[in-house]
Amino acid sequence: MKILAAMSGGVDSAVAAARAVEAGHEVVGVHLALSRMPGTLRTGSRGCCTVEDSMDAQRAANKIGIPFYVWDFSERFKQDVVDDFIAEYSAGRTPNPCMRCNERIKFAALLEKALALGFDALCTGHYASVEADAEGNLELHRSLAMNKDQSYVLGVLTEEQLKHSYFPIGKAANKEDIRKEAKVRELSVANKPDSYDICFIPEGDTRDWLSDKIELKPGSIVDSKGVELGRHDGALGYTVGQRKGLKIGRPAKDRQPRYVLEIRPKENVVVVGPEDALTISELSGEKFSWCGKAPDSSSEWFEAEVQVRAHGESHPCKLRVVAGQMVIRPNVPIRGISTGQTAVIYLGSRVLGQTTIDKTVSAVLEQV
Amino acid sequence: MARVKQFLAWVEQTRLNYMPVYLDHAATSPIRPSVLAHYSKALEQVGNPAAVHSFGQSSRQMLEEARETIAASIGCDRNEVIFTSGGTESDNLAVKGLYWQRHGLDRNRTLIVTSSAEHAAVLDAVNWLVTEQGAEAHFVSMNDDGVLDLAELSDVLEKRSEQIALVSLMWANNEIGVVHPIQKITELAREYAIPVHSDAIAALGHIPVNFSASGLTAMTITGHKVGSPVGVGALVLARSEKLTPVLHGGGQERNFRSGTPDAAAASAMALAVKEAVEEQAQLEILHARLSARLVAGVREVAPDVKVSSEHAPRLANNVHFRFPGCLGDSLLFVLDINGVSVSTGSACAAGVSSPSHVVLSLGANSDEAMGTMRITFGHNSTEADVDAFLDAFPKAYEGAKKAGLTRR
Repeated sequence: MKILAAMSGGVDSAVAAARAVEAGHEVVGVHLALSRMPGTLRTGSRGCCTVEDSMDAQRAANKIGIPFYVWDFSERFKQDVVDDFIAEYSAGRTPNPCMRCNERIKFAALLEKALALGFDALCTGHYASVEADAEGNLELHRSLAMNKDQSYVLGVLTEEQLKHSYFPIGKAANKEDIRKEAKVRELSVANKPDSYDICFIPEGDTRDWLSDKIELKPGSIVDSKGVELGRHDGALGYTVGQRKGLKIGRPAKDRQPRYVLEIRPKENVVVVGPEDALTISELSGEKFSWCGKAPDSSSEWFEAEVQVRAHGESHPCKLRVVAGQMVIRPNVPIRGISTGQTAVIYLGSRVLGQTTIDKTVSAVLEQV
Repeated sequence: MARVKQFLAWVEQTRLNYMPVYLDHAATSPIRPSVLAHYSKALEQVGNPAAVHSFGQSSRQMLEEARETIAASIGCDRNEVIFTSGGTESDNLAVKGLYWQRHGLDRNRTLIVTSSAEHAAVLDAVNWLVTEQGAEAHFVSMNDDGVLDLAELSDVLEKRSEQIALVSLMWANNEIGVVHPIQKITELAREYAIPVHSDAIAALGHIPVNFSASGLTAMTITGHKVGSPVGVGALVLARSEKLTPVLHGGGQERNFRSGTPDAAAASAMALAVKEAVEEQAQLEILHARLSARLVAGVREVAPDVKVSSEHAPRLANNVHFRFPGCLGDSLLFVLDINGVSVSTGSACAAGVSSPSHVVLSLGANSDEAMGTMRITFGHNSTEADVDAFLDAFPKAYEGAKKAGLTRR
């Protein structure tokens, strides 16, 4: 096959590209330029987007012996990921930009361009594997390297995208093996630190980065009945589940600490309440998709598992699609879910689908 | 076993290097075999040209012979050739050096007349003088073909002659290949005794370039675009002119440029320039034929393509296309993985092309400026190169068109 290997400049994508070559494919390496004005050198724990990363990717491609190019996706990335990230925060939600990047850049814009230019598939260094079921339907599964498993951020992939996705290190048992392999292959990125932060936020301080892009205005902090308990200096600076920095003078009747339950951007209001009220008994979203073949029937409740964070645990739940909404009821209410986050649905190790969370129902306030 | 491995490595290399075709001579041209042989011999010469002993004198001899060879090839006095590290240094020395010199003598002279399609080495030097040194820039307008508005130039020269420090306008544009009437420009400036600098890098070896006949005060040339090693160039500066140096030190080159002169590189450059000038007329005929075939072939596949500066005086070795609805980057990518190397023509940082400032200055929008492809021929280009290009082009165009513009 003709494979386009996306190379971030990190160790995983370098080893993935090398394995693709060894598997006998015709491989071309491409680094995505996601910023028009990339920084020269990497700072902190960032793992992509700088000129240094691009050079690292190029050196890895040289070592592997494949052609290498840089493709500019900076405009798309700004529109579809960065601007979306700001818009989501402005709307009081908590977005996952890596997910958006996979959905709209890597496995959309990049994959489409690769296919248009004559490639059969896109190879990345993600920790997840694509497997065929008995009937040949493609399924996405968790990586064996559970602490590195990236199936969550790939939950947005559709059946069509899975057909053209190739994750050569998806079956690796752990990251250390990949580092060792990189060393054996004499790839200079073998010891490069992992990236954790959001790649376009250089210092890793999301609130600080957002502060000059979103206007923050003082407003009220209220309880779930709407009684003003204090003032804040900008509702969008808060995140659901936050406890510190609320500066509420009046203690709660039960003397228990209060947590941010909800942000209402239109009213510029932060709603707080007891810890219990953070537990969510139902979540739903209309922006959902199936990863691979859709279930035969999803209109009746069925058993699955839901994961709401990239490296969180999964929770047994019941699920159905009704009135264009994917509705998920965790068997045991889950704490700390914010709208904007993505709920990824699993059946065992298989990723079944995902939805962006539009609405949550509190397990406690429901009865209030 | 080792031999099998070697053989497999050779097969792989052959596959990767399968008849690669190089069509980017305006970026840099392959070293001429004659120059390579001459250069490796010259590198054996020991001695700092400034040293008094016999070694130094031998190096000095090599350097001065190179100066004379270049002077004879481009029609200037040998003392007018100031060796530098290349085009960027020469442009900086001319623009900043002449500005500082003229502004130093007369504080009213703050205006630099140039164009927005100049090479970055001129544009960025001008912009630096504007932002850091209080200079002012006037950019002479151009039409859609990149032809300078000489009436406007004449007007500025007349109205602001007292404030003009220098004029800097390239002889031929490195991206779109349009050739400017340098003699007419210097005639206009002469009336007001305003010095004119011209970056002649793209012109040298492709059209006749004669410094004394041109009426220029200063002219930039470089070696590697005509088949010398990279890293050596010259600023040709009229005997009558002075400028303020950019680099300070031993003052080796007429006190305007410091640093131990690289005699071997200068000697290699001299041979390359000599050969390029000698074969210029013949190459121009060949390149015109190659360009015509290439344009016709591309038009057959992409009827809506625009050929830049098509109706203007232009370099025969340059073809610059603008493809509506597709990215130059995509075209370059597919052509390159199929063994044909071309350029988008625009500046590139870490492999990322920006919209070309030259194409933008012709009034194109940023989408059009991203849809460019530049093919430039050089001393070893052949009909077979055009054949290979035309073979690879249809597939590249089809893919790039499908990939479209929006996926950026």
